[in-house]
Amino acid sequence: MNSIIIPELGEGITKATVACWHAKQGQRIQKGDDLVELVTDKAVFNVAADQNGMIKEILVPEGKEALIGSTLAYIE
Amino acid sequence: MSTKQSSCVIQDWGLIGYLQAYDRQKDLVKRVIAGESPRLIVCEHPAVLTMGRMTKPENLLWTAESIKAQGVDVISVDRGGDVTLHAPGQLVVYPIINLADRGRDLKVFLEELEQVVIDLLREFDILAGSINGQRGVWVGQDKIASIGIGVRKWVSYHGLALNVNTDLKLFHMIRPCGLNVQMTSVQKLKGKSIDMNVVKEKIIAQFKLKIF
Repeated sequence: MNSIIIPELGEGITKATVACWHAKQGQRIQKGDDLVELVTDKAVFNVAADQNGMIKEILVPEGKEALIGSTLAYIE
Repeated sequence: MSTKQSSCVIQDWGLIGYLQAYDRQKDLVKRVIAGESPRLIVCEHPAVLTMGRMTKPENLLWTAESIKAQGVDVISVDRGGDVTLHAPGQLVVYPIINLADRGRDLKVFLEELEQVVIDLLREFDILAGSINGQRGVWVGQDKIASIGIGVRKWVSYHGLALNVNTDLKLFHMIRPCGLNVQMTSVQKLKGKSIDMNVVKEKIIAQFKLKIF
């Protein structure tokens, strides 16, 4: 099982808010698919799948904030 | 109009509908992700309210019916920030750039966009600046430009909107960017209408100097 992590977004940016999930728990995804939109400062950052698989579990729901480096979801 | 300048392609889309411009941006984002040259788009939009991902509904101060009666569309968009207004006379700039080549730092890029506008306004003898904790560009306590970007695979889209000759009364429909602020424009500050083509030329020069 692999993790989808909030990437480093810039110096001094410590957290981001999940604005929108494009995939649901249990959904099959393909490498390159848009998975989740993160909002920080005045930027929306799209996180794409880096592998094929299935969303096993979403840990950070829409509207919730999480620290950079946190796990957003698990893929298997 | 399209001109290739060094490694960046500059395009002037003129007055273009917001959604048409958005579709074109999405296409260009794909091209830049695929390795094509970065783009710098300058344009104006017919009056439209766009709601970024952090928009709170209460920041639309007029009812949906009243806004529609003014011929103004309301569109949800995938950029940072709250609600903002675009209208003729406002210069909109969409830099479509691979930020992976520039240190992958959203904060630095947002600050660079602000600095482009600040330095542009200095050419009009307008002393503008940024305010700690608030994005955008300000002249005193009044806001003159708004910033909000989207990023896909580290390629930026959306960008900045600078009030040049904008009809500022249109901002009464909203609480711009969710703030209780007064908006201003170059026209208001200089007491005369400004040639948009001159502003476009100057902002392109600023981008070439600082970003490309």
